[in-house]
Amino acid sequence: MGMTMTQKILAHHAGLESVVAGQLINAKLDIVLGNDITTPVAVNEFKKAGFDKVFNKDRVAIVLDHFVPNKDIKAAEQSKTCREFACAHCVSHFYDVGKMGIEHALLPEQGVVTAGDCIIGADSHTCTYGALGAFSTGVGSTDMAAGMATGMAWFKVPSAIKFNLSGKLPNNCSGKDVILTIIGMIGVDGALYKSMEFCGEGVKNLSMDDRLCICNMAIEAGAKNGIFPVDDVTHEYMKGRTEREPMVFAADDDAEYERVIDIDLSKIYPTVSKPHLPENTAPASELGNVKIDQVVIGSCTNGRMEDMEAAFKVLNGKKVAEGVRCIVIPATMQIMRECVERGYVTAFIDAGAVVSTPTCGPCLGGYMGILAKGERCIATTNRNFVGRMGHVESEVYLASPLTAAASALTGYITEYKEV
Amino acid sequence: MNTKGKVFKYPDNVDTDVIIPARYLNTPNANELALHCMEDIDVNFVKEVKKGDVMVAGWNFGCGSSREHAPLVIKTCGTGCVIAKSFARIFYRNAINIGLPILECEQAADEIQAGNEVSVDFDSGVIVNHTNGKSYQAQPFPPFIQKIIKAGGLLASLKEEDKNE
Repeated sequence: MGMTMTQKILAHHAGLESVVAGQLINAKLDIVLGNDITTPVAVNEFKKAGFDKVFNKDRVAIVLDHFVPNKDIKAAEQSKTCREFACAHCVSHFYDVGKMGIEHALLPEQGVVTAGDCIIGADSHTCTYGALGAFSTGVGSTDMAAGMATGMAWFKVPSAIKFNLSGKLPNNCSGKDVILTIIGMIGVDGALYKSMEFCGEGVKNLSMDDRLCICNMAIEAGAKNGIFPVDDVTHEYMKGRTEREPMVFAADDDAEYERVIDIDLSKIYPTVSKPHLPENTAPASELGNVKIDQVVIGSCTNGRMEDMEAAFKVLNGKKVAEGVRCIVIPATMQIMRECVERGYVTAFIDAGAVVSTPTCGPCLGGYMGILAKGERCIATTNRNFVGRMGHVESEVYLASPLTAAASALTGYITEYKEV
Repeated sequence: MNTKGKVFKYPDNVDTDVIIPARYLNTPNANELALHCMEDIDVNFVKEVKKGDVMVAGWNFGCGSSREHAPLVIKTCGTGCVIAKSFARIFYRNAINIGLPILECEQAADEIQAGNEVSVDFDSGVIVNHTNGKSYQAQPFPPFIQKIIKAGGLLASLKEEDKNE
């Protein structure tokens, strides 16, 4: 029986000829990742278990991104724990303030992850790297500790849902609208324990930033991983970036899928997820008069260069509506720099927005844009759970950068239309 | 291994942000974190929970973030077991890795009510509701996972393997 793309990568890393869905395997890891919130817990476990070295100093990545620059004394202590561990074990991919970025924008950008990899990260959005044709999944801190010590992890081989993409997205849509549409269609546990494999002739019309955004939110449908085939767009992106030789895997023609869902990209419309679940989707145009207090454009989902371009396209020469706080957060220092060079930062400031150093901050209600009781935000982030961005009685609407920026100008949730 | 206690009942899609809000994640200290367990959907949980009590919930329990702090605070509060219709995959993995017993059982999750007195036998997967005498059979763990649980978590089980080699 044929294997899915995910199964092929897992079989390779487990040293097996083939695997089937449901099989328990031990697989070799190419990268083990953690951040400033999950790494301290992993470091405790690592030490408690009596491990004294990491399996390979070049295959561990520690990124300080959630609460840095340190939001308070306790966060500073957590960063310090990470820093000392990274230093003690000579971790080569350690990213501190000045070098850091939001982990899932940073690792692909820096070429730390590549096609064919088997990656675990103590962050649920680790599934992002499937965009490069890697198997990549989120785990907890204990798995991170075990992965750092042994270079291995256990997995239950997932079955898969195939998303057959065709056509080309309308100009006012991006990868975010695709993944919100899919989550609205299958629900927040629609792909529980499964792979989401994206394929079809529509793939070539999706940029790498679109693919990264789509795979990023696979976890929001409960999936183990999201994955795209490796094509010219992938090769073009990886060229000159990846430090290791990519390996290209493709699904077998006779691979078995639990379900096949056809998505015509040309039929996608600007989509918004209403509180308090990502599956509560609706067309941005049909929301009526939903007044907003804050806009956040950034995060591991939508803080990449194309997202900044979208924000610039909408905000340049315009003014953020009275009473709306608009926060723009480029996801990495390289993106930040590019935004400065292209004049985007000036345009954002002139529009009345603020521009922040890279951080996950507001997305998880950490800092840099916390909501008060009764306040409402439209954000390009990934979760709109109760209390996610602040007070239990605040609300988050999820949307694309174009929709979020268009809403910043009007003060209520607004569909972006080309003028 | 087993537990017996009072039931706290929760709906579908309980996410890790309500189990332990990220605003408290500036410390890895389990006792400090546990003071805020379930705070955003049930402010009384921490005040009322006693050692051995049982959480019963619907589909997709523990969805969202990968924070291991979520199963950790539930365990640290004294909760003896979580029964749900299904678990989000990272939560499922984390619970096993840190030694928080969890069981999937749709019928039990439907029928058991808040405040009921239940006992759970983890080896057999049998759940008994002492309030009405009804019992349920949950799917037991595969042997590979049982081994991790018996060792007391993933790292302890790796250490055991190390010794045996």
